[in-house]
Amino acid sequence: ELLPEEEKENARSVRIPKSRILTLPELRANPFQHRICRVFSTSEDGDDSMSFEDFLDMLSVFSDSATSEIKSHYAFRIFDFDDDGTLDKKDLENLVNCLTGQSEESRLNSAEMEQLIQNILEESDIDKDGTINLSEFQHVISRSPDFASSFKIVL
Amino acid sequence: ILKPTDDSLSQLVKELYFLFLREFQQADIKYLSGWNQWKRSSRKSWKKVFDEAKEVLSYLELWRHDIHSIEGKFGTGIQSYFSFLRFLVLLNFVIFTLMFSFVTLPSIISKYGIFNSSFDEIPAKKPHCTVYTPSGNKGLIYFYTYPKDLLSGTGFLEMTSLFYGYYTIDAAWISIFRYNLPLAYLLTTFAYLALSLLWIIKRSVEGFKQNLVHDEDQFQSYCNKVFAGWDFCITDLNAARLKHRSLQYELKTDLEEERLKQKIADRTMKDKLRIYSLRIFLNIIVLAVLSGCFYSIYRATVFSQGNISNVTNLLVQYLPSIVITLANFIAPQIFSVLIRLEDYSPAFEIRLTLMRCVFVRLANIGVLLFSLWSQISYCATEKCKACGYNYELYPCWESQVGQEMYKLLIFDFIIIVAVTLFVDFPRKLLVTYCSCKPVQWCGLQEFGISDNVLEIIYGQTICWIGTFYSPLLPAIATMKYFIVFYIKKISLIHTRKPSARPIRASSSNFFFLVVLLIGLVLAFIPLGISIAHIPSSKACGPFRNFNTSWAVVPHTILGFPTGLQKVLYGIASEAFAVPFFMVICLVMFYFIALAGAHKRVVEQLREQLVMESRDKLFLIRKITEAQKHT
Repeated sequence: ELLPEEEKENARSVRIPKSRILTLPELRANPFQHRICRVFSTSEDGDDSMSFEDFLDMLSVFSDSATSEIKSHYAFRIFDFDDDGTLDKKDLENLVNCLTGQSEESRLNSAEMEQLIQNILEESDIDKDGTINLSEFQHVISRSPDFASSFKIVL
Repeated sequence: ILKPTDDSLSQLVKELYFLFLREFQQADIKYLSGWNQWKRSSRKSWKKVFDEAKEVLSYLELWRHDIHSIEGKFGTGIQSYFSFLRFLVLLNFVIFTLMFSFVTLPSIISKYGIFNSSFDEIPAKKPHCTVYTPSGNKGLIYFYTYPKDLLSGTGFLEMTSLFYGYYTIDAAWISIFRYNLPLAYLLTTFAYLALSLLWIIKRSVEGFKQNLVHDEDQFQSYCNKVFAGWDFCITDLNAARLKHRSLQYELKTDLEEERLKQKIADRTMKDKLRIYSLRIFLNIIVLAVLSGCFYSIYRATVFSQGNISNVTNLLVQYLPSIVITLANFIAPQIFSVLIRLEDYSPAFEIRLTLMRCVFVRLANIGVLLFSLWSQISYCATEKCKACGYNYELYPCWESQVGQEMYKLLIFDFIIIVAVTLFVDFPRKLLVTYCSCKPVQWCGLQEFGISDNVLEIIYGQTICWIGTFYSPLLPAIATMKYFIVFYIKKISLIHTRKPSARPIRASSSNFFFLVVLLIGLVLAFIPLGISIAHIPSSKACGPFRNFNTSWAVVPHTILGFPTGLQKVLYGIASEAFAVPFFMVICLVMFYFIALAGAHKRVVEQLREQLVMESRDKLFLIRKITEAQKHT
């Protein structure tokens, strides 16, 4: 439904702009929609448009048959808001704000945010450098019971 | 960057492997004997039949679509309230079927002589107690007495099968079978109480199992909530909003619990003394509030019963119900103010307030019954003492008690309808059309799940107690809850805003059933006292020729053959009861020991997990050190 009629023949090479991808019902209500488009898009222009291959990639990662390593790898990239390869305090803050909602009154106040981030780092930061790298993240995810059932999209 | 194509290759290999495995399994089947093959195929077809039957039965479920849509729009906490309401409708309907088929139907059949039936009516022994003239259809009846009688259970309603007084039959002869109505009446009462108990326990066991499984694992709960918190399957914007709110609430409460634990650990001795003395003082205030409620109910009942001969004033009739409703409304407000001063953790605060509200509501009914009985058993003259109860004012006291229960039920229903019509809808209109600051600040009312649940449990306890005195009361309760479902649903959709504090469904289901169980146990007590202790009225009812209602059971046993009598006396004697009690204690100790052993195994496994994670940390540190050196 994303592709208009006339472009169906060269579906493989066409890129769909981000605004149309976000109209999909599965992504519409998702607070991480922009990060998902950024991570899976292979567009050189940086406009986060997705080709058919990118779309397939996204669906295969979110499907039931993807392994836990693949899912945790991509989850790490989605949660890494500044794309620097680690989850630092800023990334965690952005992550929590995405979870609680975008409006002003649904955010946690700064004291609660500080306490929450301290607790998260205490539980997952093994080398105590103040950031979570990929292997620490994968270690924490392997112990989390809800990850496999929540990190999936079924069309 | 990891490309899924590497993984798809391994997927392909895995699929080929499973394909070959399936081939081998099927080849295996061919070598099975015909008997085993038939067994396997018949098992499969039976399973299919069962699944189809379950699907068909699920279509017959009452209100399935309504509750599903409520769950989708408002979450599982509110949906659990409506499922609970549906359970009560079914329970009351089953109780009504029981009472009707075993008590009312035989009476009606024998009174109207259908199927060639007749009934025995043995004349009473103490003539002066038996004068009973209900102020029924005698003389000139004004038009307005009909609605009044309908609302207060007197007049023409008093002599119908609705109340105890109708069942004046000692034995019904249906063709050649003798149907012992007093025994049936008593046994059906016990049967419906036992059925309610078993049904509630069965439902709460399911909830209890779920509660244990979803118990919080203390490991990495924050990481789990944050990294795996969002359900990527949510497609509906409303559901997403609810999920945001519940995540925010969960994180906030967890953080607050942690802060509070820290604060409690930091308390000095002086602080502790201050807090404990404050708590004792506030509990004394709670007790004072409770005694105030009980005393006012007692006075209201005494006053109302004192003017019972003057039946004209409906307000006086309904005075106990009004006072009880006021107490049920005011006391929880006071408790919620007091609990804030007591400085408990939020979860404990909620539980303690709920327990206090439950106690107030159920104890109010108890006080009403107690004051009724004190009036009924109050005896001044010798003749009165011979009867055992105040026969002048209460010739048929069970019917009077039944009338009080009937009035309570009707008034409860009227209040629910009135609050929805005259408070919720005007408030919604005000909030929608008036944009001044104070009105907008007040806003719409939240749908308080616990308040609503306590309301319907209160109604159900009245029904349980009242069914003995008014056998058709469960039918009225069924219709009442049926209508209340639709009223609450409309009120929820149009006039309420969803709660800011979403409750988890599994724990709330279990809690509702526990409170309902408390209500049932509290219903046992007045019924037990009234059946076994208070003399039954001699002017009406099936127990006229017995001292108490319970006396019909020993009387029947005396009519059994001697062997059976000996067995029954043996069961009731101490020689049987003491060893039986000891065996039950042994079984209980065994299960407690088993549970303790399981708990210890769980603790050990938890410790093992902690050690494993420490080992992992140690190894990773060693690896990073080794990498640094190379």
